[in-house]
Amino acid sequence: MRDVLVATLEEVFREEWGRVLATLIGFLGDFDLAEEAAQEAFAIAAERWPASGIPKNPRAWLTVTARNRAIDRIRRDQTITRMPLSDVHLEATDSMTMSTFRDERVELVFTCCHPALSLDAQVALTLRTLGGLTTTEIARAFLVPEATMAQRLVRAKRKIKAAGIPFRVPPRDLLADRLAAVLAVVYLIFNEGYSGRDELASEALWLGHALAELLPDEPEVYGLLAMMLLHDSRRDARFDDGELVLLTEQDRSRWNVRQIDAGRAALGRAVALGGRGPYVLQAAIASLHADDDCDWAEIAALYGELGRLTDSPVVELNRAIALAEVDGAEAALRIVDALPLHDFRYLHATRADLLWRAGRVDDARAAYDRALALTEDGAERRFLERRLAELPASAGAAGRRGSTRRS
Amino acid sequence: MKYVMLIYQGSTPLPHSEAWEAMPADQKQQIYTDYGKLNETPGVTPGVPMGLPANATTVRVQSGKTLTTDGPFVGMKEAAGGFFVLECEDLDGAIEVASRVPAARLGGAIEIRPCETYW
Repeated sequence: MRDVLVATLEEVFREEWGRVLATLIGFLGDFDLAEEAAQEAFAIAAERWPASGIPKNPRAWLTVTARNRAIDRIRRDQTITRMPLSDVHLEATDSMTMSTFRDERVELVFTCCHPALSLDAQVALTLRTLGGLTTTEIARAFLVPEATMAQRLVRAKRKIKAAGIPFRVPPRDLLADRLAAVLAVVYLIFNEGYSGRDELASEALWLGHALAELLPDEPEVYGLLAMMLLHDSRRDARFDDGELVLLTEQDRSRWNVRQIDAGRAALGRAVALGGRGPYVLQAAIASLHADDDCDWAEIAALYGELGRLTDSPVVELNRAIALAEVDGAEAALRIVDALPLHDFRYLHATRADLLWRAGRVDDARAAYDRALALTEDGAERRFLERRLAELPASAGAAGRRGSTRRS
Repeated sequence: MKYVMLIYQGSTPLPHSEAWEAMPADQKQQIYTDYGKLNETPGVTPGVPMGLPANATTVRVQSGKTLTTDGPFVGMKEAAGGFFVLECEDLDGAIEVASRVPAARLGGAIEIRPCETYW
């Protein structure tokens, strides 16, 4: 029973942290003060609620408690600057509603992802404030010492205040650029999680859902959410005993059907909103990848469209991989060999695979060697080593059909 | 908020230089017009015009001795070319004004520094 309550508490805290904090920052105009006060309120709740039960409106309770703490603190510090204090000291009660408090999480996320902050700082702040992760958790997830992460967060918060980074939703003329920055942060968090750190992938998905709720009219928000859901649906199938498994060789019964459906629903919403941006296109590709009978020509066409939007040689590499399924390995190699990605390990892994399929075994071996030279220890390296070991011994021998499609 | 806006010329053609002289007259006129408009922007207090970094003198005092060297403190390309003071709502406002400074589009950059009182 107590365990259930603790689990419920954690869920409530998880749900409410970003919202309570955002409201406090909007009210107090000070990140540090808001964060400290929110922390205190959550600590009090953690102490009291197991005995007293969760209040009917936990958000209101937490917000008011935190706000009162902050006001007490301001009074103590005698640094009252921005608020009329005569009428704000309210008692936190169950009957309190949230009607007086605005949800300011959108303001919060745009502030955290402001381009005047470094990308590292944007990521850390977003996870700390909106995501509610502790400094320790963020440090562990990004494999940096806790002191480094703490310092990064302190500096970022100091800059927000000192440089006058606004706490607001950007006006129309800035919105597209600033939204792209927010989505880039969430996508980066997801990608960090894609290589096996599941907690970051879940965090990115959570943030994606929150953004979709907060910005329901932005197609790219749904595009990103759809793409993340569709990629994440294959999480369990991507690894077998810690070993990387290619998309075409994955056990489809281990794909998360519920997530695929949710991803496709989000994609549908994005398309209905008129979306055809980079995230929507990537989601559409991921959706086609999840089909039983993959339409490679359509995938190649979508990569072509994405390449025109992003001008990215990596996208062109992916287009070549799709095209290999339609026009054959030689056609794909002609594209791959022209790409300026000489130190990119996926280029060499892809080349190796295409060369093998084209029957050029010696060239394939050289390409695997090059890919291995660029790959650190881990599942990816072991995968390439297995491929290399499977290569026929001499030139001319027919190779087993391989594929380097993204798993 | 109050900001000091530092103008770095970078590779911006400087007055009297060959690149500047080679510039079409209407383009030069546009630059002067843009700086003129900038100085009339609400919240802007223009700085005094700065001479070229090539004419700078840098002074240090070491062990009580004044040392004087030719040129700016940093490299010629990194030297500040001018400044102005801006009062506006927040950093986004300052970024918007900075983007209208001609040097920002001509190979230079604008550094936005919040004013701070230390004493």
